[in-house]
Amino acid sequence: MSKSYRDGLPISPEKFVDQLMRLKRGSISRRDFLGLTGLGVATAVMARELGIMPTPAFAAENLGDRMSIATWPNYHDPQTFENFKAETGVAVEVNVFGSNEEMLAKLQAGGSGWSLFVPTNYTISTYKKLGIIEPLDMAKLGNFDASKEDARFTAEGTIDGTIYAVPKNWGTTGFAVNTKKLAKPMSSWKEFWDTAMAEGDGRTMVHDYQLTTIGNALKYYGYSFNSLKQDELAKAEELLLKVKPHLFAVSSDYQPSMRAGDAWMTMCWTNDGAQLHRDIPEIAYVLGKEGGEIWTDFYAIPKDAPNKPAGYALLNYLMNPKVAVKEHLANGAPSIDARVNALLPKEVMDNPILYPAADLLKPLEFGAAATLTDPGRAELMARFKSA
Amino acid sequence: MSGPDHKSDPGNATGGQLPAGSEAAFSMRGTLLRKNLMTALLLAPATLWLVVFLVLPFVAIAIFSVGERAPEGGYQAAFTLAQYANLPARATAFWNTMVLAPVGAFACLLVAYPVAYYLALRAPERWRLILLALVVIPFWTSLLMRTYAWMYVLGGRGIPALLAYVGIEDVRLINTPGAVLLGIVYGYLPLMILPIYVSLERLDRRLLEASADLGATPLSTFFGVTLRLSLPGVMTGFSLVMILLLGEYLIPTLLGGGKVFFIGNALVDLFLQSRNWPFGSAIAITLVLVSVVVLIAANRISARLSGARRVDLI
Repeated sequence: MSKSYRDGLPISPEKFVDQLMRLKRGSISRRDFLGLTGLGVATAVMARELGIMPTPAFAAENLGDRMSIATWPNYHDPQTFENFKAETGVAVEVNVFGSNEEMLAKLQAGGSGWSLFVPTNYTISTYKKLGIIEPLDMAKLGNFDASKEDARFTAEGTIDGTIYAVPKNWGTTGFAVNTKKLAKPMSSWKEFWDTAMAEGDGRTMVHDYQLTTIGNALKYYGYSFNSLKQDELAKAEELLLKVKPHLFAVSSDYQPSMRAGDAWMTMCWTNDGAQLHRDIPEIAYVLGKEGGEIWTDFYAIPKDAPNKPAGYALLNYLMNPKVAVKEHLANGAPSIDARVNALLPKEVMDNPILYPAADLLKPLEFGAAATLTDPGRAELMARFKSA
Repeated sequence: MSGPDHKSDPGNATGGQLPAGSEAAFSMRGTLLRKNLMTALLLAPATLWLVVFLVLPFVAIAIFSVGERAPEGGYQAAFTLAQYANLPARATAFWNTMVLAPVGAFACLLVAYPVAYYLALRAPERWRLILLALVVIPFWTSLLMRTYAWMYVLGGRGIPALLAYVGIEDVRLINTPGAVLLGIVYGYLPLMILPIYVSLERLDRRLLEASADLGATPLSTFFGVTLRLSLPGVMTGFSLVMILLLGEYLIPTLLGGGKVFFIGNALVDLFLQSRNWPFGSAIAITLVLVSVVVLIAANRISARLSGARRVDLI
């Protein structure tokens, strides 16, 4: 089965992606099963492909022989970690997560063991407030060049003039449609939800994630993606409860179902949309014209990181444009670094999934910190899921 | 050694036979002391284990459950019963679980009983061990892996693709209640088969002959003798599976597409998504109490059904 599942996915990053698929967005790691089964440990140990310029910082400190990073599924070129190991001797253990809430929960509980992690823009102020992350020592990040970063996406990494996190890439949250199954052209969240109850009955997926599922339901009525207003949330809940019986699944693990043809339409992040479209051209990526989410993922180092030197070394390594460009080619999310953009092939820079038209980007909103900790939205999500 | 002799031993040892204060009495006391010490030492690891991994976490959860959620999530100290008062907010999840657990366990029983019956009473002697091993071997693989395998078997490229070959299009199996039930029966089957097998294997076959001699049909022999005598095994399997199902979250998530929400799923979300530890703890405590009640009830029923014989469920 796994063999046939890999068919048509020729290149090695894809194979890695497939491995991760099984673990995937949340359902497993959320339950901490990854650690228990050893499944979540995608330790890169095999390759010996050198040739990326050595970074002087490596020599200065003892980096140990292993470190662990918490990140998102399908988000890195596995070769990156293999090369890093070849250069520094540090094996990188990759922990894959399904939501920012889950990462926060692990860090709040303590002893996460991560020396680097990938939080999304709206969570950083909370991490700082809770004292979970500390300011980055920029002297150790020689490869980072703030002047080359697109300032539209970097603001939330800096709090009161101090840099707590440096950006990885940005992206949007739209939806993916299998246009062979659902031929009607769609361009709005209203159409997404209405189709889910009509032609897309039993074939539509929404995220198992309060921010996007509630946010995009709010968009049906044109409310703010981040709304905390009682009456607006009540309307969104009404819609969600109405749609619930028509859904195929409530899961952030949508790539396998879309690839297998079980699901025809799903809420979707840029990078997944790009990967799906690349492998299955009839799967289109749509941004709702009412708006929705725009996001930036950052790198940050937890205060209790067990191997800070390696965390910094890997972060600096990832900030090297020559390394970063491979990351972007593998995960498909748009870069923030002008030096990386200069290295990306033209067809990537011209891909409308990655770089949507300006008028589609305009109504998008960054997630708001308050949604992360709001008990009202959490309870709404629980009522939706248990309905 | 016969009973009465044995009983009189302690009396003789400490009193009549030996003069008071003799060395033998001392040495006897010493032996007793050594015996007690030995018992204590032997029990110590298990006790320590239970205290560290069962009692202390339980106490921690009990303390959390009367606390409050911190503004950014987690726990902050308080003394309130608000979390318990809030339990109805997860009533649907409790209800779903209360339906799933017995239905799932019963479905498991229906599949397991014939298998156990065959293994214990019908299977050729030399095959029995191999067949039993075949029942147990899948258990060596993680439930997670096996459930993931079902995701692909039931998914669009699995059975539905085969059905499409013979002209039955667009069949959806994955993410249905049926898929969840299938996953449960598959996942927990060995836990049901083994206790039933054990109780059937001990069955005195002369009783079956007697039943037949007295004119009972095979069917009434089965219900009147075989089934009745295997009830302790049935109840053991039933309560084992049912108690595990009370905390199940993996199978509904993977095979039910996250649309089926059990109390286990509620717990996971409360700890890992909304980070409401106190409420999660209150639910956990409630779930433990419910499990205990289920266990006691199953024990009682089982005792009554099997003619007041003592029954060990676990």
